[in-house]
Amino acid sequence: MDRKALAAAFPVTIPVLMGYLSIGMAFGLMLQAVGYGPLWAVLMSLIIYAGSGQYLGCTLLATAAPLPQVAMLTLLLNFRHIFYGLSLLDKFKGTGWRKPYLIFALTDETYALLTGAVPPAGVNAANYYFSIAILDHSYWIAGSLLGGTIGSLITFNTEGIDFAMTALFVVIAVDQWKAAGKGLRRHLPALIGIVCAAAAVVVTRMLSSDNMIIPSLVGICVLLLALRRQLEETENKREEGTAV
Amino acid sequence: MTTAQAVASILVMAGVTFLTRVIPFALFGRGGQPPRVVAYLGQVLPPAVIAMLIVYCLRNIDLFSGSHGLPELLCVAVTAILHVWKGNNLLSIFGGTILYMVLVQAVF
Repeated sequence: MDRKALAAAFPVTIPVLMGYLSIGMAFGLMLQAVGYGPLWAVLMSLIIYAGSGQYLGCTLLATAAPLPQVAMLTLLLNFRHIFYGLSLLDKFKGTGWRKPYLIFALTDETYALLTGAVPPAGVNAANYYFSIAILDHSYWIAGSLLGGTIGSLITFNTEGIDFAMTALFVVIAVDQWKAAGKGLRRHLPALIGIVCAAAAVVVTRMLSSDNMIIPSLVGICVLLLALRRQLEETENKREEGTAV
Repeated sequence: MTTAQAVASILVMAGVTFLTRVIPFALFGRGGQPPRVVAYLGQVLPPAVIAMLIVYCLRNIDLFSGSHGLPELLCVAVTAILHVWKGNNLLSIFGGTILYMVLVQAVF
């Protein structure tokens, strides 16, 4: 393990540490409640590694859902990941043996960290990304293990601690907003994201469904493709601008 | 449910989850350049997706009853303002989260 990369990655992952320990514990507790102990929690966190996917998994195990249904519901819930890789094709090039693991470990939070990750000077980029991914994964495993073992003993009121995850996304959004520069057009992707997601929440609520992710992503892609010409123009201008 | 059935379910969940993550790399990650439209989407998607994930985190707030989503919206604003102002990740995240914990535990 590249200690330098690990040391550089750790501070970046602290928000995920807070978030994953708490929602990982909640998962461990939930799984315990449907009759599967901490070893099951660790197994799932080790090989599935998907937050909301594993919450769903508790229900699927509890109701002894048939395998085709397990596959279908997992696919629907995790469908969004298909879009994540598109932004990391370049970054993951040249990561060698780490690449399969980096792809496997692409949760919402790790994706959010990696899309903005710039390795500090003198730190190997591939090792830096790998360290971020493996640290996040270890927090998730630790959280589910703790939840399944001592979760029920915790008396300290942790209500609200999972807001760390929301705050992490807010911080990343602010960084992206600053990096996009000035001018409304440069912020169109972020604005499209908010509008589509908010619209999807309203619509799926009316239909008493909780799956706002897929309709949001469809709307986002349609709008981004419709505005391709305008947005590519701004991208090109920005690149020319920085090249000078 | 037998142990074997439970293990089978878990393996299916793991396999399908990995599949959703590997598809873009399997399609476009093998040498050469991906189609330009894919490269374009890869470039513009992150801000849209992060914005969507924020809304996703807030999707269960109810504007019309209970606390009207005030603690959530206030803490998102505080986190953002702290970050615009100081630009320190940990300060922004801890500040927003601790305020949120205080609000939901003791105020609302």
